[in-house]
Amino acid sequence: MPKSLFEKVWSAHAVRELANGQTQLLVGTHLIHEVTSPQAFGMLRDLGLKVAFPHRTFATVDHIVPTDRFAEPFLDPLADAMIKELRKNCQEFGLTFFDRGTGKQGIVHIVGPEQGITQPGTTIACGDSHTSTHGAFGAIAFGIGTTQIRDVLATQTMALGRLKVRRINVHGRLRPGVYAKDVILHLIRTLGVNGGTGFAYEYGGEVFDRFTMEERMTVCNMSIEGGARAGYVNPDETTFAYLKGRPYAPKGAAWDAAVARWKGVASDPGCRYDDVVTIDAAEIAPTVTWGINPGQGIAITENVPDPKGARSADEKASVEEALAYMKLPPGAPIKGTRIDVAFLGSCTNGRLSDFQEVARFLKGRRVAAGVKAIAVPGSQGVGRLCAELGIDRIFREAGFEWREAGCSMCLAMNPDKLVGDQLCASSSNRNFKGRQGSPTGRTLLMSPLMVAAAAVTGAVADAREVFAVGGN
Amino acid sequence: MALPKITQVSGRGVSVPGNDIDTDRIIPARFMKCVTFDGLGEFLFYDVRKHADGSDRPHPLNEPRFRGATILLSGDNFGCGSSREHAPQAIQKFGFRAIVAEGFAEIFFGNCTTLGIPCLTAARADIARIAAAIEADPQRELTLDVAGGAIRFGSQSVPAAIRESGRDALINGRWDPIGELLEALPAVRSRAATLPYLSA
Repeated sequence: MPKSLFEKVWSAHAVRELANGQTQLLVGTHLIHEVTSPQAFGMLRDLGLKVAFPHRTFATVDHIVPTDRFAEPFLDPLADAMIKELRKNCQEFGLTFFDRGTGKQGIVHIVGPEQGITQPGTTIACGDSHTSTHGAFGAIAFGIGTTQIRDVLATQTMALGRLKVRRINVHGRLRPGVYAKDVILHLIRTLGVNGGTGFAYEYGGEVFDRFTMEERMTVCNMSIEGGARAGYVNPDETTFAYLKGRPYAPKGAAWDAAVARWKGVASDPGCRYDDVVTIDAAEIAPTVTWGINPGQGIAITENVPDPKGARSADEKASVEEALAYMKLPPGAPIKGTRIDVAFLGSCTNGRLSDFQEVARFLKGRRVAAGVKAIAVPGSQGVGRLCAELGIDRIFREAGFEWREAGCSMCLAMNPDKLVGDQLCASSSNRNFKGRQGSPTGRTLLMSPLMVAAAAVTGAVADAREVFAVGGN
Repeated sequence: MALPKITQVSGRGVSVPGNDIDTDRIIPARFMKCVTFDGLGEFLFYDVRKHADGSDRPHPLNEPRFRGATILLSGDNFGCGSSREHAPQAIQKFGFRAIVAEGFAEIFFGNCTTLGIPCLTAARADIARIAAAIEADPQRELTLDVAGGAIRFGSQSVPAAIRESGRDALINGRWDPIGELLEALPAVRSRAATLPYLSA
């Protein structure tokens, strides 16, 4: 009987069925960070428990790290207390910590793959909803709450209901200037912000076959924005080539054995899916959100919706609420909307190829007057590679501030925040009310190149025109 | 570990309407700069409840007539976004014991169940009827029948649902799974031994 990757990985990690019908699932790899873990360690201490598999939990620090000042103590005493707490917990329980002094620190979803910890056929959990990123390697990876972090620390397992699998095919070829970010924004717009509830998304089709690992990570990262707790791509030669030689990847004979296993974990031809969705890549345009959830997106060439055109009272109310918050006129083009801030970074788009692609076009251009533009590598490793390739210099010369690694302005638990009702062109993943740190701040999600186009023109722009993408 | 069996929840309700209410709205990220969950209740829905100067904005949770409500009503896809357990913790510490909505985001639902907060889904029209009854009489007591799948208010009753795994865990007093998970540690270790990436 042909099986999907999800079924194979699930059954390899299912320890037993619990009384309530959920599965006690072995979590092979556990990633932690400073925000959602301290209370879990507190619970462990209260219960007098130890970490069951200390070699399978890896920590880093990302959310609260200032990106403009490396020195410690942090100026924010609460942030400083959090990093100290994580250091203490890692030391006390014997966990690997990619701390700021190691040169390996960064956003947890960038560090795992970079270190080769994220591998095909594994289960990965982290107290962060963007853990779905790691599914790009053919892992079943999902975000968990703090009490579940306690469960994983204490038992290396957690209670979880089995997910259904929706296969999403993106066939054909993406047009020039259309990126992985546009693919996922288009999918969320099409399937809805809660369309994935109860599902893991399996992404495939020619577009994913051709995608690099970093592009696959961008898509899997935002699965949760479509309601899907996990999203994955079947492992292939691209996956193996990315992993080979990374610090935690198997070596020598173990590498060959691992690749053989990884090949076998991919979904079998003819396996059954609970649902199948097919998208034509040619339909996908550079996409920008105009509202207050990631499903409220349009092509750069479209107009912001007008509540008058809504098909239901519900849709009308949600369009009205979003436009009132965003202070955007109904029915107007999104193109030309003035921006205040451009943010390039995050676990969605803070990898080497994101900066590399933008740098190709940014060379010789200048950030528009009045726009604050920041570029934040997702990890110290990404920052180092950008420096070696001279990419940081291109950004600096264009007028971007080039920062230290961290989550930065994606969620503003650090000094990088919007002020007042500033409008931000952002390569991050969430445009919720207040997400970027100001209760009235406004976020437009888009691809890194679209962020750069907005930065240099001072307004939302079609990157294909601004940078003559595709050579026309 | 003996936990209470949560078969029903009774109390007054308050409606916070809207779809896709995300966990950033439930608890803005800046209030997560903490190493315990203590005191999160006062920051529940902070940015929609408070002006920048800390004074109240118009919001159901600021209205004295709804003070003391223990059942929160809302729309579809409640709790979407971040996996932060700070969101259900803030809801619980504010004083809520159960949530009724048209639908729940998955991670949020799981986090609530583990804290013993039943998340019941009901039809939009039924939630609107309950909200109207609360509006007419904020003192009106609601009873959520977790075991039987119903919400009763006055002489009326509407159907409500909860995912079976959550229902079972709540009504049988096993909503915090740690005890059950720990029992199987030997089986966990032998399963781990079959997976090369875990034994290396």
